[in-house]
Amino acid sequence: MFASLAGVLFDGFAYGMLLFLLSVGLSVTLGMMNFVNLAHCSFAMIGGYVAVTLVNSFGWPFLASLPIAFLAAALVSIVLERALYRRLYRATDLDQCLFTIGIVFISVAVAAYFYGTVQQPISTPPYLRGSVQLMGMSFAAYRLFLIVTALAIAALLVYALEYTRFGAQVRAAVDNQRMARGLGIDVDRAFAVTFALGGGLAGLGGALAIEMVGLDHAFAFTYLVYVLIVVAVGGLGSIGGSFAAAAVLGISDMAGKYYFPWLGAFLIYLVMVGILMWRPAGLFGKR
Amino acid sequence: MESASRYLEAQIRWRRLETVFWLCTLLPFVAAPAYLQLASQIAITALFALSLDLILGYAGIVSLGHAAYFGVGAYTAGLLAKHGWGEPLSGLLISGILAGLTGYATSHIIVRFRHLALIMLTLGLGLLLYEAANSASWLTGGADGLQGVRIRPLLEMFRFDLYGRTAYAYSLVVLLACFLISRRIIHSPFGLALRGIRENALRMPAIGAPSRAHLRKVYSIAAILAGVAGALLAQTTETVSLEVLSFGRSADVLVILILGGAGRLYGGLLGAILYMVARDQFSGINPQYWYFWIGLLLVAVVMFLPNGILGGLAKFSQRKS
Repeated sequence: MFASLAGVLFDGFAYGMLLFLLSVGLSVTLGMMNFVNLAHCSFAMIGGYVAVTLVNSFGWPFLASLPIAFLAAALVSIVLERALYRRLYRATDLDQCLFTIGIVFISVAVAAYFYGTVQQPISTPPYLRGSVQLMGMSFAAYRLFLIVTALAIAALLVYALEYTRFGAQVRAAVDNQRMARGLGIDVDRAFAVTFALGGGLAGLGGALAIEMVGLDHAFAFTYLVYVLIVVAVGGLGSIGGSFAAAAVLGISDMAGKYYFPWLGAFLIYLVMVGILMWRPAGLFGKR
Repeated sequence: MESASRYLEAQIRWRRLETVFWLCTLLPFVAAPAYLQLASQIAITALFALSLDLILGYAGIVSLGHAAYFGVGAYTAGLLAKHGWGEPLSGLLISGILAGLTGYATSHIIVRFRHLALIMLTLGLGLLLYEAANSASWLTGGADGLQGVRIRPLLEMFRFDLYGRTAYAYSLVVLLACFLISRRIIHSPFGLALRGIRENALRMPAIGAPSRAHLRKVYSIAAILAGVAGALLAQTTETVSLEVLSFGRSADVLVILILGGAGRLYGGLLGAILYMVARDQFSGINPQYWYFWIGLLLVAVVMFLPNGILGGLAKFSQRKS
C-alpha cells in the first residue's frame, strides 16, 4: 500500500510536471494580454510532431530533437502572434475563444492529414528506458528525467522573471499593462518574446509528452482542458501558481485513475469547479 | 415612457420577410420529402441555437457547456419513454421543466462570474455532467447509449414514421412556438434590460435593473428551451447517446450561432440550416477535414464578419440604401 502510494505520487508528480511545461506559457501570456489562447496546445502538438519526424525519419537522437521542437514551436507561435493574434487583443473574450478554437480545429485536421490518426511512436535512448533504484524503490528513468527537466526550467523561469530587467518588464506588464506602457516599457515586444517563449515551452512539453501520454492528432484538444484547468486554478501570470496547480492536478488525476477508476475524469472537473467557485481568480491569482 | 413603448411596438411588428421565411420552412414537405429527417434535425438544432442566442446574444453570457441542458432534456425524455411514459407532448413538457430546474440551479453559480472564470465554469459543469452520465451507465446506458426508447403516436393519431413526416411537423411546430415566445421575451422591457446588462453590467443596477436576477431568469429560460430541443431529438430519433452532452455539441452550437449572427433571433436558425445542410452534403469526407473547414470558417467569421452572416447582410443593405 505504501509502495503503491509512493509510486502514485511519483507518477502523478511527473505527469504534473508535464502539465506545467505545457501550461506555463499560457498562464503568463494570459496574465499579460488577457488573451484567451485556446490554441496553446496546438503549439505543443507542433513540438511533438517535429520531434517524432526528426527521430523517426531522420534518425536524430531523442535529446537533440528537443531543442528543435522548442525552436519550431516558438517560431510558429511568434509568426501567428505577429500575423493574427495581434489584431484580436481588444476583441471580446468570445471572439478570442472562437478564433483560437478555429486554429485548434485547423491544426488537428492538418496533423491528421500529414500523420494520420494513429498514435505516434518515438524511440527514446536506452539510458532513459529502464528504471532507477533509489532507497529500495524503483523509479522509471524517463519520468525522473522529466521531473528534473521541468524543475530546471521552472528554476530558470523564476530566475529570469525575478532577477533580470526583462523579467521585471514582464511582471510590470502583467500587473498593470497601461501603467507599464506609461513608463515606456515596450509591452508589445515584451509580450511577443514571452509568447514565443511560452509557445516554445509548450512545444518542448509536447515532445516530452510523447513517451509518457502519447501523441495523436487530437492532442491539441485532449490536453486543452487540462492546461486550462492548470491556468485557471493556478491563477493568471503566476509561475508558482502554475507549478502548484500542475503538481496537484497531476497527482490527483493519477490517484483518481489508480484508486477510483470508475469515476473517470469526474473528480478532476469537480475539483476545478469547486476551486473556481471558491476563488475565481485561481489559488495564487491576484485579480 | 411614450417613446419607449412605441420603440418596443415598432420592434415587435411582424415583418413580411419573416412570414416568407416561415412559409419556406414548409417547403421540405413538398420539395424534398426524402430529406424530412434532416429537416427535423435542422429544426431541433435551430431551437438549440435559439436557446443559446438568448443567453449569449442577448445577455452576453459566454457558454462552452450549453449541451448540458440539451442532454438533460434528451435523457429525461428518453428515460421517461423507456419506462413506459411514451406520450410525447407531456414528455416534452417534463423534460423542459427538468432542464429548466437544472439551469436555475446552475444559474446561481454562472451569474457571479465573468471572463475566463465563466468560460471555465461552463466548460467544467458541462464536462462534469458528461462524466456523470458516462459513469452512471445503469441509468443512461453509458457509452452504448439509451436503448429501448418507445414513443407513442403524437396526439394518439400520428405515428413517428420512417420518412420523418410527423417528426418534422412536430419539431417545426415546437420550434415556431418557442421562437414566438423568445421573440416576445426579447422585445419586452425585460429583453431590453438584458441587452443593457450585456453592454454594461455595472451600470444597469444603477438605473434600477436587478442584473443578477435578470440573468438568472434568462439563463433558466434558455435551459428550458435547450431541454425541449434535446427532448425533441430523443423523441424523434428514439435513441439517446452520450454525444448529446459532449463538448463537441456545445462547440457546434456556438459555431452555428456565431456563423448565423448572435443577438438577432434568426441568426441561429439561418446558421443551423447552413451548417446542417453543408454537413449532410459533405458527410462523405472524413470528419477530420470537415473540422478543418469549420476552423477556417471560424477564423474568417471572427476576422471579417464579426456579427455573422445576418450582421453582414444588415450592414450591406444599410450601405446600399
